[in-house]
Amino acid sequence: MPYFGSEEMVKELKRALSNPNVQADRLRYKNYITKVIRYMTQGLDVSALFMDMVKASATVDIAQKKLVYLYMCTYASDKPDLALLAINTLRKDCADPNPMVRGLALRNMCNFRMPGMTEYIEQPIVAGLRDKASYVRRVAVLGCAKMHSLQPNTDIDGTIVNELYALLRDPDPVVVVNCLRALEEILKDEGGVVINKPIAHHLLNRMKDLDSWAQSEVLTFLLRYRPRSDDELFDILSLLDSFLQSAHAHVAVATLRLFLQLASAHPAVQADALLCTSAPLLATCGAASRELRFAGLCHVQQVMRSQPGLFGTHYKRFFCGYSEPTYIKFRKMEILVELVNDENVALVLEELRSYCTDVSPELAQAAIAAIGRIAQTYSEKCLDILTGLLALKQDHITSAVIQMFRDLVWFCPQSTAAVCQTVEACVDSPQDSEGKQALLWLLGEHGDQISSAPYVMEGYIDGLKTELSSAVKMELLTASVKMFLCRPAETQDMLGRLLHYCIEEESDVCVRDRALLCYRLLQRGVEETRKVVTGPKSDPSMSVLTGRQEEPISQWASTFNTLGPLSGCDLCPQTAVISAADQPSSSAEKELLPESTDVTLSSPDDTEEEISLSLGPPLSHETFEKMWLDLEILQRQTMGFPRPRTALDTLQAALQLVKIQTLAFTPGATVPWKAYIYTRSTGTLILAELLQGDQHAPGIDESLVVSVKQQPVNQHAIRGFVSILKGVLGDVW
Amino acid sequence: MISQIFILSSKGDHLIYKDFRGEESKDSINVFYEMVTALSGDQPPVVMSHKGLHFIHARQGGLYWVASTKTNPSPFTIIEFLNRLAALTKDYCGSLSEKSVRMNFALIYELLDEMVDFGYIQTTSTDILKNFIQTEAVSSKPFSLFDLSNVGLFGAETQQSKVAPSVAASRPIMSSRGEQGGKNEIFVDVIERLSVVIGSKGVLMKADIHGEIKIKCFLPSCSEMRIGLNEELSIGKSQLKGYSSAVRVDECRFHQAVKLDEFDTFRILKVCPSQGEQTVMQYQLCDELPCAPPFQLFPSVEKDYVNRSVNLSMVLIFLKLRCDLPPKSTALNVSITVPVPKGSTSMSQELSSPDQTAELQPKNKALLWEIPRFPGGAQLSALFKVDVPGLSSASLLEVGPVSMSFELPKQTCTGLQIRFLRLSPTQTGLSQRWVRYVTHSDSYTIRI
Repeated sequence: MPYFGSEEMVKELKRALSNPNVQADRLRYKNYITKVIRYMTQGLDVSALFMDMVKASATVDIAQKKLVYLYMCTYASDKPDLALLAINTLRKDCADPNPMVRGLALRNMCNFRMPGMTEYIEQPIVAGLRDKASYVRRVAVLGCAKMHSLQPNTDIDGTIVNELYALLRDPDPVVVVNCLRALEEILKDEGGVVINKPIAHHLLNRMKDLDSWAQSEVLTFLLRYRPRSDDELFDILSLLDSFLQSAHAHVAVATLRLFLQLASAHPAVQADALLCTSAPLLATCGAASRELRFAGLCHVQQVMRSQPGLFGTHYKRFFCGYSEPTYIKFRKMEILVELVNDENVALVLEELRSYCTDVSPELAQAAIAAIGRIAQTYSEKCLDILTGLLALKQDHITSAVIQMFRDLVWFCPQSTAAVCQTVEACVDSPQDSEGKQALLWLLGEHGDQISSAPYVMEGYIDGLKTELSSAVKMELLTASVKMFLCRPAETQDMLGRLLHYCIEEESDVCVRDRALLCYRLLQRGVEETRKVVTGPKSDPSMSVLTGRQEEPISQWASTFNTLGPLSGCDLCPQTAVISAADQPSSSAEKELLPESTDVTLSSPDDTEEEISLSLGPPLSHETFEKMWLDLEILQRQTMGFPRPRTALDTLQAALQLVKIQTLAFTPGATVPWKAYIYTRSTGTLILAELLQGDQHAPGIDESLVVSVKQQPVNQHAIRGFVSILKGVLGDVW
Repeated sequence: MISQIFILSSKGDHLIYKDFRGEESKDSINVFYEMVTALSGDQPPVVMSHKGLHFIHARQGGLYWVASTKTNPSPFTIIEFLNRLAALTKDYCGSLSEKSVRMNFALIYELLDEMVDFGYIQTTSTDILKNFIQTEAVSSKPFSLFDLSNVGLFGAETQQSKVAPSVAASRPIMSSRGEQGGKNEIFVDVIERLSVVIGSKGVLMKADIHGEIKIKCFLPSCSEMRIGLNEELSIGKSQLKGYSSAVRVDECRFHQAVKLDEFDTFRILKVCPSQGEQTVMQYQLCDELPCAPPFQLFPSVEKDYVNRSVNLSMVLIFLKLRCDLPPKSTALNVSITVPVPKGSTSMSQELSSPDQTAELQPKNKALLWEIPRFPGGAQLSALFKVDVPGLSSASLLEVGPVSMSFELPKQTCTGLQIRFLRLSPTQTGLSQRWVRYVTHSDSYTIRI
């Protein structure tokens, strides 16, 4: 942020700082220094004053010293030669009788981020590690980490590491934690600080002396400790038990994470810990700080993935406060939907209903979507509410309600009649393209039950010229064809007009192609069209899929108490909603493609039988080798026939044909003969080795042996792979 | 570990910037500000990421308190730390505002320097920090006697001799070297936040109380203090409620420095308060209000056609609001927000007294009725005529739910009281002790 006349300002400051009269007047001098820092914060480049500031560092006024040090640390990397001048003063301060001055000087000297600093700071740091004042030791310990970060590629100094490990026994708690932090950074390449049994027990015993920040940090370090026996494990857990209820949310949550990790083999202990922590977690959900509230809600969502019942009785805590920001309300609604059960459904729905008329259209739509999701279980109650909302005649509400109707009909066929009745009675139509698509889908799919359907659709066809969204046009084409099949007399004329317009005048290629497709389809005759266009009208099994199953705790425990749930957990539930909402329309689209109908309609059931392989990006030899060594053999099978006698090129081509890539093989007639191949299939990578001619086992000499490794494991894919491989080899041979 | 910490004004001015690890350039401030202002209301702004750098921020006092990090730390730790930083800034500067941060930036740099080293939190305790902080706070508002004589506790008009002025607690804790030196005061505040949902028939549907006992201590050094709570205070759901007027809370948590050896028998908290503000006890009570909800609303909403031919119609909203507090207490700054149908153009109102105000806020499609003072036991009514062109009967559904915000000074809804406040006899010097109670509405919603 360069300011106007900034150079003038710097010059003026320089003049003032070098003015002996100013220098003599301590207050004025300090005022000018303060000014420099102020400009620095605002983003002005005041590095030109470095020389004057170095002079100002020689003072007894500690407040002034601190300001100057702040300045020097900021600009040291820009002016390394000038910064060297300041080092003398700093080193002198490092020997000051006042521990505060010593610590201050040492800390700031270590903060100079410039090359060549190490030689100046090493000696003061080593001295600082043995200082009698804990304040200086704290600074010196972190100084070791700073020194290491200045020269990240140099060898690790063993003596310093040993000294730091020894300082873990320091009486000052902050020194202890700083040692952990410093060791973690210095030994990063070797996997960080080692938490062995004595260290872990020592840390556990010190827990009570630490302040909350240190506690949560130590708890995080302890995550990497594995107790040797169950006895030890339970000793540790009972020692930490009280921290689950800590007044500081961050300690309680860190303890919970440690519990979940340590007790991963004891689900009952995990459940107890979750129960214990539910109170502090709920308390953060009602904390005064909204950021904390949000963090609490995100973590409640995580816990609910495994223990949906844990917060069931507390559902009222997730009612939205009217002054809360929208992003918190969204989270609360997501949680409320999950907490619905027979007892509270009426109250929750009443609460959600009151959000539907919120000023913010996004919030209102989200509330309607929440009701829509509950409707998949409690359809009757929700339908009443949704129908009532239509009477409000507000565009965003109508649109959201219609979309929910579409999903509801798809998931719960029993509500079809009621929905059709409501849609029939609904006078005004949605204005946004999402809503229009939903309405058109409903009209097309259930045109036989909505008597006014053709007339509504005619309205859309007449207004086609002003319609901007091509998605709506596509949906309109599909819906009209479906409608034609069930009510031909009323639809024929407008369908003709629609197809004519879309083929002759439409500029969007997709819409035109879709129209052409419909047209040709209709040319094949009504029965043919019916066969292609009409698919299932609903899919009740889908709601089972979208309904959450209880996940094992290990699924999320590793991201618990990290930034993940706050930044990423909106991905999981929301995509589930979106994909559920997309389902009807996208499957409707698929139904229209004649050649793919059979495949898409049957594929969900057939996945158990069929397996498709794909090539994907080629693997390098190194990667293959590394993976081969890392993975374990999942399946070893004798093929029952010797290796193909054909030329190897032919074999390679044949494998390529079924999408199996060859990495390498031994040439010609060498024995033993080996070949390495790999392929991909629905998210997994399959590696395999073909081997023939094990000299030590003459019995299977003639037969080819295949060993398969895979990442991630998918037994089904392996079976498919082996059968394909067998087929190919059999053919070639 | 924290890479940088910065404080921005709501307009994006850089107030404080400190780089702890030299991993990232200063440009990240602008990156952050652009990201946070580009978010729409429904996107959670708490954690944002840009090229592997995560920004975590909290908003306090209208400022952005931001920490950036390249690792994946505990969000609770960072958020609580930022809140603590804001609280300490408030302690040291007296109040929390853009102005006070600007004026005391040297002090805040000093604080940050001691609190965080190389991105690791060192300490946030005032007891330790006060030994290192050298800069004196500059009060953004000069303390004047005029403030003392006029404003009572939380703006209430009360006998000033008995009550500490509301500004008394908002001064820097370290001003002992200043002119008000030697004013050894200690404030103990019991603050409750009420969130209530009242159903359409006046049924209490949800009632949660979050409470906390806060100490703000100006004594440079304080020996043990004993805080006596109601002796009949019971904790937990399991205990039977007899006929006594027992004060009950569901659960409570204490600051780790609080000694509880006398709590179980005598309900006495023992604590050595350090300088500044700290929360010694947090408690909550859920799904239950020991007293009647402070406000009951009797609404009636009707449709009225002025002139059917030109479709000029209006909604008549008649609100009768009763304050169920004891007669001697008063609610302050009561504001009532009533959503009105979309398309409302204008409003006329009949209020019962001139100090009340009411206005239509077309942007929020709501009307706002404000009552500065509302004595307990009183009943106020108001009639609002809202013009809505093209009104349909369904539009009436848009009226409601009503939300209220208010402040109840000298009141706790749980009934929690401080019986006594004793400093140990070894305490040197005179000290003034103040106990203050207040209940805020966190969220008070009444369905129509």
